[in-house]
Amino acid sequence: MKPILQVENLTHTYGVGTPFERSAVEGISFEVGEGEFLGIIGHTGSGKSTLIQHLNGLLKPSSGRILLDGKDIWAEPKKIRNVRFQVGLVFQYPEYQLFEETVYKDIAFGPSNMGRSGDELDHCIREAAKLVGIREETLQKSPFELSGGQKRRVALAGVLAMEPKILILDEPTAGLDPAGRENLMANIQDYHRNRGGTVILVSHSMDEIAQNVDRILVLKSAHVLMNGTPREVFARAGELLSAGLDVPQITRVAMALREQGVDIDPAVYTVEELQRELLELRKGGAAC
Amino acid sequence: MLKDITLGQYFPGDTPAHRLDPRTKIILVVLYIVALFSAKSVISYGLVIATLIVCVRISHVGAGALFRGLKPVVIIIAFTGVLNLFYTPGNTLVQMGIFRITDAGVRNAVYMILRIMLLIMGTFLLTYTTSPISLTDGLERLMNPLKRLRVPVHELSMMMSIALRFIPTLIEETDKIMSAQRARGADFESGNLFHRAKAMIPILVPLFISAFRRADELAVAMECRCYHGGEGRTKLHVLRYARRDAAALTCGCAITAGIIVLARLGY
Repeated sequence: MKPILQVENLTHTYGVGTPFERSAVEGISFEVGEGEFLGIIGHTGSGKSTLIQHLNGLLKPSSGRILLDGKDIWAEPKKIRNVRFQVGLVFQYPEYQLFEETVYKDIAFGPSNMGRSGDELDHCIREAAKLVGIREETLQKSPFELSGGQKRRVALAGVLAMEPKILILDEPTAGLDPAGRENLMANIQDYHRNRGGTVILVSHSMDEIAQNVDRILVLKSAHVLMNGTPREVFARAGELLSAGLDVPQITRVAMALREQGVDIDPAVYTVEELQRELLELRKGGAAC
Repeated sequence: MLKDITLGQYFPGDTPAHRLDPRTKIILVVLYIVALFSAKSVISYGLVIATLIVCVRISHVGAGALFRGLKPVVIIIAFTGVLNLFYTPGNTLVQMGIFRITDAGVRNAVYMILRIMLLIMGTFLLTYTTSPISLTDGLERLMNPLKRLRVPVHELSMMMSIALRFIPTLIEETDKIMSAQRARGADFESGNLFHRAKAMIPILVPLFISAFRRADELAVAMECRCYHGGEGRTKLHVLRYARRDAAALTCGCAITAGIIVLARLGY
């Protein structure tokens, strides 16, 4: 896979010269491949939010580089806005940024900042609305009349309308009910599959990450703790737990079974996998 | 950036300046301001500056932090300086067309600039070393006699502590909203005044909405805990004067009195 985004030795220090000085990320390096679905997980304060704000140039690294398509994004600081159009960032609780009179106008904010207008603008607004499941008639409503879940879709559409190469989502399902959560993740999965877009998902729900991503980056106190496929990461479930992080529920079940003396792969993380493992064990005649 | 605004920011610490009773510190700042405005000569200004330096040393506040507080008012300071420089009558030093710089003008300009800077730095020292809560606590106690005149002292100080408490929250919120809109390509730095004003709308609308939401939530939370105003309310931390407060107040009074006497004597 060709890397689309490379982070090299990134360090960011807040509050230099005050009593509050601290490094939020320190010496972080990783790559994101084109079309990949990457999950970033970490405890509160592990530097997730700081890290993702570097990826679209909202924050400038204290040291280190970020390469987009092989080019340093800070090579021309005046053109940093172009980077932001290519790397779409959806913040946590994005519904609090809505400000326009209608949903349509709010979604239009991003693409019209890019200089789009007329049919082209209309097209990308309607496309983005469709992607996240906003109905035609909702487009003319005020965003403030909508429910929380709907507002969040509008905010997401506002970023998708810029047709970014990379989509970064910071806790997109925080505060939604289970149905809303599943719906939104399904929308994001659709976008990833059908558009082949690169997606970076930040979350602290291990289950959400396990079900969706190709690769997981685990952050712990400003450093990268692990970087690998879900299987590789969950094989080190003990380490995750001692870092104060969760493991998916299924992995927990597998771990518990193992403790009971059942010979099972501890890295399973989906219901199907666990089922297969258990059935195989029974076929093998082992005592369950 | 926005985070550089240090208005009302508290630097936690455990120095004699931090340990002083907030009432003492408020009174000291008032005395300091009186002294500052009575000062008319090099000697008395020197005395004020020396006092400030000693206080800064005691409180372990960095000089950098103190000067950073001046940043937002640089324009006002410069403006005052220029006005005083050109519009004070006296013996002419330099003549440039209609502009005339006099010796009294130079002196006035220097004194005015010094006065504003010292005023701001002195009051910043108070907010740097006193947490907002103890600051309003102190103010409430100092204003207590006004209750007799039916001034709603408790409510006023509660409003002030809420306002102070929410400054950092709202700054953070503004920062977040700005980042979010910037992520959608908003541009706050270029264009003419009209453009820039228009660029503020995507920040202000969400900011107001969130401020009202927070106010609602706070009101509900306060009512849930049976808050009903100041009547019959007791304090968890009762303020008590200590010996160091007496010492600090004595020093403050002495210096201020000294400067007033100097001014009377024509220095």
